[in-house]
Formats: sequence, C-alpha cells, structure tokens
Amino acid sequence: MMDLDKIERDLMREVSGVTEIPEGAYNFRVNGKSIGRHSSDRIDIIPKHGKSGIDIRIANDTRGEIAHIPVIISASGLKEAVYNDFYIGDNCEVTIIAGCGIYNCGADDSIHDGIHTFYVGKNSTVYYIEKHCGIGPGAGKILNPTTKLFLGEGSRAELLMEQIKGVDSARRLTEAELKKDAQVMIKERLFTHGKQLAESKIVAHLLGDNSSVDIVSRAVAQDYSVQNFSSHIIGKAKCRGHSECDAIIMDNARVNAEPALDAQDVDAELIHEAAIGKIASDQLMKLMTLGLSRRQAEAQIINGFLK
Amino acid sequence: MLRVENASFEVKKGRKKLVILDDVSFSVKPGELVVITGPNGSGKSTLAKIIAGVEMLSNGKIILNEQDVSTKDCTERARMGIAYSLQAPVHFKGLTVRDLLQIASTSGETFCGENLAEVNGLLEKVGLDSGQYLDREINSSLSGGELKRIEIASVIARNASFTIFDEPEAGIDIWSFNNLIKVFKDMRKNSSEHAIVIISHQERIMQLADRIIVLKDGKVALDGKSEKVLAAMGDVK
Repeated sequence: MMDLDKIERDLMREVSGVTEIPEGAYNFRVNGKSIGRHSSDRIDIIPKHGKSGIDIRIANDTRGEIAHIPVIISASGLKEAVYNDFYIGDNCEVTIIAGCGIYNCGADDSIHDGIHTFYVGKNSTVYYIEKHCGIGPGAGKILNPTTKLFLGEGSRAELLMEQIKGVDSARRLTEAELKKDAQVMIKERLFTHGKQLAESKIVAHLLGDNSSVDIVSRAVAQDYSVQNFSSHIIGKAKCRGHSECDAIIMDNARVNAEPALDAQDVDAELIHEAAIGKIASDQLMKLMTLGLSRRQAEAQIINGFLK
Repeated sequence: MLRVENASFEVKKGRKKLVILDDVSFSVKPGELVVITGPNGSGKSTLAKIIAGVEMLSNGKIILNEQDVSTKDCTERARMGIAYSLQAPVHFKGLTVRDLLQIASTSGETFCGENLAEVNGLLEKVGLDSGQYLDREINSSLSGGELKRIEIASVIARNASFTIFDEPEAGIDIWSFNNLIKVFKDMRKNSSEHAIVIISHQERIMQLADRIIVLKDGKVALDGKSEKVLAAMGDVK
C-alpha cells in the first residue's frame, strides 16, 4: 500500500486499521505531507491554504460513508500543528477514522498537534474514532489532540478516543457545544507507562433543551506515569450530563481526576462519578485460580478494562 | 487424589490468635463426590481457599496426587489440576463471559470450531443462553444468580481432576438448582478419575455424595458414608 515502509505500515494499521487503499474519502498524512488524498461523491477533502490541514465537507444526507484521515510520523524531530475542519451537513450518518502513530528513533522530540473541529448540521450522526500510539527507542513521542464539536439540533456524536501505548506526553482537549436535542458520547481509553504524562480535559456545554452528554473515561497508569483527568459539564438548559472516570493505578503512578459540574438551569440533571484504585485482589485471585500467573492475570484485567 | 493432613489455619485478631481450622484431616479418592457441610463459621470456605491455594496453611499439608502442594500458590495448583468455584463471584469491568470461559478452558487460545460449541454447551449446562450471554461484561448488570452460574461454568470449563465448589447453590433459583444437580451428576458420569468436593447445606446435594464431612468449630466432627452422616447429623447440630 502506498509508499510506506514496514514500520509505517504497521503504525497505520494500528491506529486506523488501514492496510490498503480504502473505499471512499481519505487523506493519508505521513511526515508532514499528504501522500494520498481522495474525495468521494459526497465527501470533499480540500487542503487548506496558508496552514497545515484539510477541510472535510460532507454533503447533506450522506449516509453510511467512512472517511479515513490517519497521520503517521516516522521522521524524528518533526513538529507539526494540523488543522482539520469538518463541515457535516444535515441528516448525515458518517464515520471518521482519524488516529496518529509516531515512530521515533532519533534524538529529537516528534510532536503532532491535531486540531479537529466539527461543525455538525441538524439530525446528523457522526462516529469519530481516534487511536494514538508511539513506538521506537528515540526521544519524545508527543501528541496533543484538540477536538471541538459544534452539534446542531437533533445531532449526535460518538467519540472513541484511545491512547494505546508509547505516547510520552499527551495534552488532550475535547470540547463540545450542544444545541437542542443534540447528544454526545465520549469514550476515552488512556494507557500510560514508564514516565509518561497524559492530560485530558473534557468540556461540554449543554446549551439546548434535551441535550445530553455521556463521558466514560477508563484509564490505566503504570510505572511512574502521571495522568490528569478533568471533565467539566455546563448545563444551561433542560439537559442531562453524566461523567464517569474510572482509573486503575499501578506501581508508582499518579492519577488525578477532577470532575466538575456547573448547573445553570433548574432542569439540568448532572452527575459525575470518579473512581481510582488498584486492580481488585479478588479479580486477580479468580484469574489465578484459573491457571494464569499474576502477570497474565493483570494483563487480562487491563486489556478487558480498556477494551 | 487429594489429602488434607493435619491442616490448621490461624488468623491474628488484635493480640489474640483465632483458630479457624484446627487439625483437619481427610482424603478424597478419584471418582468420589464428597460434600462438606457444617454450621456458619465452621471453617468450610477457609478450607476451600486453603485447598485452592488462595490462603496458605499455618500448619499441616495438602497432598495432590501424592505431591505436596502446601507451598505452591494458586496458579501452580490450578495448573496441577485443582479447580475452585468461589462462593461470591467476582465482578470484572470489561472482561466478558467469553473472555472468562476462554481463559478457563483454553489458557487464552481463541475459540474456534469445536471449542466454541464446547463453550455454548458450558453455558447451556448452567441454564444460560450463550447467544445472550457470551458477550456480556461480568459486572453488576448481571444478577447474582447469573454471576453464580457463570462462575460455575468457568470452573466446569477447566475440566480439572479435582474440583471444589463453595456453596454453588447460593443465590440460584429452583430451575437452575435442578440444572446444577444435573451438572454434578454429569461431572461424575463423565469421569471416574476426577474428584469433586462440594461445600453445601442443601440436602439434595448431600444426597448426591458418596461421603459427607461435617465441620464444626474448625474441626472434623463427622466423616463417613452419606446415609450414615445424614442420619447422625442431628446429633452434631
């Protein structure tokens, strides 16, 4: 597929599932350049002028289409900020598969700041999948994703955001503004190890009646890694908000969770839950009595938890 | 098959020593089904944990197939052929019924062909529809009875030479209870080499037993053929 070496191909598969040129619209960004771009009849991908990034314009009534926009960095020391703007029409149902993989074998940090902004029309559904990972023995693999969503009336967005492994530093910002009857579901999976740092800030503004947000964050922090999680739900109408942050802490890690609720309407129903703890000993015991070693049992529990 | 020799287990409570098991000895032969019963607090669950290697003996020995396993941990004992069904099933966030049965039956290999049929059969045995349950997470969305049946399925999946069930009937409705009796009967029928120990208060389970052991205050109060022990049990209570 395309002109990629084995490491790049593996990364591409890991973060986006892509092993060959997919059907429909796509943009493959490798080492700061688009190495393949294709628009479909209903999804137009246009490069920006004056700054890095693309506009993705999706026509009204587009249904069942998938757009792939993965990013790979294998050149050590590459630093980039990429602005991708999505203009999604009315009555659409589309899937966006993003994701970024960094391979770094050099002495300089590689940094990708991906700023994704979604302008979603009325009564549309967007599925957004973003996986991040880093590999290689070199310096920092740094990913700072910003995802902003402006959801029109009756629209719905489901976000699945995963940081699988190997990302040395991540500062994530996810922000959503919801109009009447709009819904957003944010699922976040964070795994940190070594001396990694991951920050995730999620802010939801529930502006319209019957808007709702559901945030489910699951995180595992191993070794000496540090995670800071904050969610902030602001209810300005008759709305529902729920935030659940669940973290497994291991070894010498540190996890900080700060869920916040701000109700500005008497009919705003906002709930948050946060739990941090080590792997439950009865879970380990159960799997060990099935013949797994402690290490294997831990791995099974973590894999299941982050699935 | 399995011998428990002079097993003692003590815990410290403040400055005091609390004796949970006091010089317990018994043995289980291949093909035998033994029920252990006795009042609450008599040490039955502790005995199960000690056999499984979840708790370690203070004194005494556990011998499995003529090998002293007293110092082996629960992983090693599981690999040597001991299966243990917990009284209170464990919740997992994220692990599915399929994952658990997969771990139990194949040590982590993927289900395919016969294996999948085998797993469907396992859930059926405990009265659960595999289509409905295989991909469910093992968490509080399942009822106590469902969790218990999944726990039992995970232990049957191991097909171990020695299996100990700790109050398998707890939390199970009458329909599933009848299934459960059938599970034990089938386990016996399928192998004359495998031994089963069931900790239970249920008369119908006791009636399945070749032998019944009654524990009281951490000691063996009675050990004998089931009809004799059933007849004599009034005196112990």
